[in-house]
Amino acid sequence: MALTFLKQAARRPAEPSPPAAQPAKRFTWTRLAPYLLILPAVLFELLVHVIPMIVGIFMSFIQLTQFFITNWSAAPFVGTGNYAVALDFSGPLGWQLVRSFLITLGFTVLVVGISFVFGMSAALVLHRLGRGRGFLRTLFLIPYALPAYAGIIIWKFILQRDNGLLNQLLVDGLHLASERPFWLIGGNAFVSVVVVSIWQQWPFAFLMSMAGMQVIPEELYQAAAIDGASTWQQIRFITMRMMKPLNAVLLLLLFLWTFREFNTPYVLFGPTPPEAADLLTVHIYSSSFITWNFGLGSAMSVLLMLFLVVVAGLWALWNRRVNRDA
Amino acid sequence: MREQLSFRIFRWVVLVPLAIFTAVPLYVMVTSALKPLQDVRGDFQWWPTNLTFEPFVDMWSTVPLADYFVNSVVVTSIATLFSVVIAIFASYAISRYRFRGRGVFSGVVLSTQMFPGVLFLLPLFIIFVNIDRSLGFSFLYQTRIGLIVTYLTFTLPFSIWMLAGYMNGIPRSLDEAAKVDGTTAIGALFRIILPAARPGIIAVAVYSFMTGWGEILFASQLTNSDTRTLSVGMQSYATETNVYWNEVMAAALVVSVPIVVGFLILQRYLVSGLTAGAVK
Repeated sequence: MALTFLKQAARRPAEPSPPAAQPAKRFTWTRLAPYLLILPAVLFELLVHVIPMIVGIFMSFIQLTQFFITNWSAAPFVGTGNYAVALDFSGPLGWQLVRSFLITLGFTVLVVGISFVFGMSAALVLHRLGRGRGFLRTLFLIPYALPAYAGIIIWKFILQRDNGLLNQLLVDGLHLASERPFWLIGGNAFVSVVVVSIWQQWPFAFLMSMAGMQVIPEELYQAAAIDGASTWQQIRFITMRMMKPLNAVLLLLLFLWTFREFNTPYVLFGPTPPEAADLLTVHIYSSSFITWNFGLGSAMSVLLMLFLVVVAGLWALWNRRVNRDA
Repeated sequence: MREQLSFRIFRWVVLVPLAIFTAVPLYVMVTSALKPLQDVRGDFQWWPTNLTFEPFVDMWSTVPLADYFVNSVVVTSIATLFSVVIAIFASYAISRYRFRGRGVFSGVVLSTQMFPGVLFLLPLFIIFVNIDRSLGFSFLYQTRIGLIVTYLTFTLPFSIWMLAGYMNGIPRSLDEAAKVDGTTAIGALFRIILPAARPGIIAVAVYSFMTGWGEILFASQLTNSDTRTLSVGMQSYATETNVYWNEVMAAALVVSVPIVVGFLILQRYLVSGLTAGAVK
């Protein structure tokens, strides 16, 4: 839309207009200014988002296998064939996709829920803490600041079966198990990926909650305290109420980010994770780059995108209703 | 303010486990980086018995870490610079002008940042490979330029969104006063908005740099041995026969320190920028 306007504007000569009494539809630099300002952003959005997305949607309708990677115009058109394969839940590929989706959903609910509770609780108690607040705040934020792979690789070391700290604590220290369990293969892999993701995610929830609590005016608490409200009542009726809009945004962001989590399973397990930790993004990644079936991979990413759009849409409806009721 | 006993107990129940949960992996990283290889092969030692700085020396020769470092710095800095500069102009337009297409543009920016990277990785991979094939040389696929383009997929929308939120928080009376004094719109941007939005701009730059520095998805497919970044290169410490865990930890520490220090210094800007963008 912006581009067509620019083209129209360019055809007309730019004339200096009198400062007062301009006709509403005349060209002026002021009217053109916002389009010039967003022009670089529009060009780059086209380059890195819009065109790749259109190409991606097109790719989901062609049979883009390894024979056609370097010459994709030759790939045969298969219509909705890739989607039929991805959504055929009785076939092996469709079933794997459903399993991966359910694992990702469980993973996301656990990670977002626990990260939110951790972040909120830590912010609540630190907000009212005098000494030691700065130190703990800094400590809690380090996992978030750490590059993802650095943090995850520490956990990979801790979770090693033979020389890892966790098994040493569980087996030799606490004698909770007689055999050293595997944490990076088999069913336990799910626990590992959840714990490591929480370790990285909860500081973000903490950071946002802290920031939200800082803007709540202190007078509110003082007034409530004079009226005899207990600490818990203050938290429930002042902090939680005031935090509602921020929490809504925070939960949506956490959900969207966690649902597409790639780094944690990829660094912990490599490109082919154990079944129990086969998160969707890694699933799409390995289906595409290991079997080189980009058509199917694109169809699955389009489905993932549609799901996230639906989630965000439902969130927007819910958020609007909450705000109207409040 | 007097606090109830139950709240004081709650405080300890929250803080102690979270502090241990957070600190133990960091402790493992620092101490393991100071141990010789044989001491990280067996049981974990809480107190390193043979302190050594050798992992910090050897890690540069086991894998070409310096090359990865340079690649990461170049790619991440350029992507950050591009997205911050583009975002300054775009967010100024979104925040200060009402124009046709504003809603569509903001909608595209907002929605693209919630889409998963893999959605863009597959088509960009195909586009890069095919452009290079028709050019006859490596221009985009597995080059730094190509990687910078892919990093813009996540740094750009976030920068625009966050900075627009921040600029909305700057009172309009400021730039309107400047316009009354005869400044143009661009003059108001550079003289009024830019200085006032400095915390937001710093936050955007820090955030873009952090996400680029930790990026794995694009780098794992769109780099080769010459253009590999730290995030992918770090995996090379694990060979078929041996994992140099002490060197891995030393390298993890070295690549983290600049980013963590930068983050901790600039975190108050990041917090104000993030919440301004989130709460609007």
